[in-house]
Amino acid sequence: MIEPLLVSVYIFTLAIFVGFETITKVPPLLHTPLMSGTNAISGITLVGALISAGAGHSTLSTVLGLLAVIIATINVVGGFMVTDRMLEMFKKGKKKN
Amino acid sequence: MNIIIALAYLLSSILFILGLKNLGSPKTARRGNQLAMTAMLIAIIVTLTKNEILDFTLIIIGLIIGSAIGAIIARKVQMTAVPQMVALFNGLGGGASALVALAEYNRFSGDLRIDVIISMVVSLFIGTVTFTGSLVAFGKLQGLIRSAPVVFKAQRFLNILLFTLFLIMGIIVIINPANSTGLLIILAIALILGILFVMPIGGADMPVVISTLNSCSGLAAAATGFVLSNNILIICGALVGASGFILTRIMCKAMNRSLVNIIFGPVGTVSVNNNNNDKRKVINYTEEDASIMLEAAKKVIIVPGYGLAVAQAQFALQELVTMLINKGIHVRYAIHPVAGRMPGHMNVLLAEANVSYDLLFDLNGINGEFKNTDVALIVGANDVINPSARTNKESPLYGMPILNADQAKTVVICKRSLSPGFSGVDNELFYQENTLMIFGDAKESINKMIQLLKT
Repeated sequence: MIEPLLVSVYIFTLAIFVGFETITKVPPLLHTPLMSGTNAISGITLVGALISAGAGHSTLSTVLGLLAVIIATINVVGGFMVTDRMLEMFKKGKKKN
Repeated sequence: MNIIIALAYLLSSILFILGLKNLGSPKTARRGNQLAMTAMLIAIIVTLTKNEILDFTLIIIGLIIGSAIGAIIARKVQMTAVPQMVALFNGLGGGASALVALAEYNRFSGDLRIDVIISMVVSLFIGTVTFTGSLVAFGKLQGLIRSAPVVFKAQRFLNILLFTLFLIMGIIVIINPANSTGLLIILAIALILGILFVMPIGGADMPVVISTLNSCSGLAAAATGFVLSNNILIICGALVGASGFILTRIMCKAMNRSLVNIIFGPVGTVSVNNNNNDKRKVINYTEEDASIMLEAAKKVIIVPGYGLAVAQAQFALQELVTMLINKGIHVRYAIHPVAGRMPGHMNVLLAEANVSYDLLFDLNGINGEFKNTDVALIVGANDVINPSARTNKESPLYGMPILNADQAKTVVICKRSLSPGFSGVDNELFYQENTLMIFGDAKESINKMIQLLKT
């Protein structure tokens, strides 16, 4: 029982370190896209929502799951799309007019 | 099959991390975001092949509705409104995690291992606090709720009381997972705490609040990952949690305040003694004076603040900058970390106005340059250039990193009035001998300068 949990704790801790190392290198220039991008990534909870909505256990679980699917999808799709829209605007060099 | 799913999740995790890595440079950032999108798509598709899922109808309906709403918001949102959009999405992410925790609780009807029920309580609590907290932040940024700090007596006491109650209920539910009333009480406490947490925080501190909520939405996802023993949720949640934490720390540092101070001591209620400035007078200059200074300059640094975005003057400003560059003047932008409503917001607003990103410099990148600069043009910024942060130990701003605009040979400030910034502190730079104050709407002032420079 304790072993799978321990593995999860390992993974969580190591991922935190990877996150620190990677994100510290992002310049202030890109902090807004970084935040809206990671915001979309936090919508990964959609994966859990899919299981709750589709497992067909009880009506309550299914309804809660469906609600979770909808709002997590808004989070994921909206987050990635607006990040892309912002990053498209970051251009270098002589601007054409 | 399970092995394939696990390996696909691993691939997805790698792509997420590579995506974040690519977000570290403006050249690769767009590809980074696309890598993260691919990673998400893989994770979703793989999950749908799980044999736990029996019915796809509701899932498809949910995905379609969610995608449509998300896509519309992402397309329609104005760049000035990105902070409230991110706040709203943070809330949805947190809310989804809390809902999944509840759904899973219902699915196993109280028959739970101790680590699962602990994770559920944590996920429900963090997710719900993130949800209501984000909605309040959204309301404040959108102007639906008064953005000024809402403080009442015994607020701190109430917060502590509610949090203690949560801890007690949490222990009760963990000891007896079948106690569903206990879980609902936790839900109610979290709903209220989220509101109480953000209500007392004022508009100027919003970058910190959004960053913190961003971190929380990640941690909620990670907790849900522990509920489901799902590694991809744990990894992504940890990445987002770390990212939000780093941004929170950067914002706190930029404002010279601790997180505790922001949550418990709202700024703006501090009364500041401005008496010593009563006798001082500001000389009113005109756009003519400013354009003469600009034309004679060799090096110019522009310091934009949120007032620039409020006046919608970024496009006019860029026109002015292009004119100056075409006259052979060296122009750069100096961006303070808190110039805007969320970390890095000003950069996005300027990028939208076609400003090339190699003209955008952060605090450390440009602060040494002001002393070699002929004109520092300040548009809609105040606290971030207040020299008392460097010199006056009495000032509430003391110690806050500022842009050393006062070291430029001439400082031109476009501002509505003499009124102090968010901190409520008077700015001695306004009274300095080499300062030209131009009062009025930033957009109008800049347009006048453009006309004057044309002739």
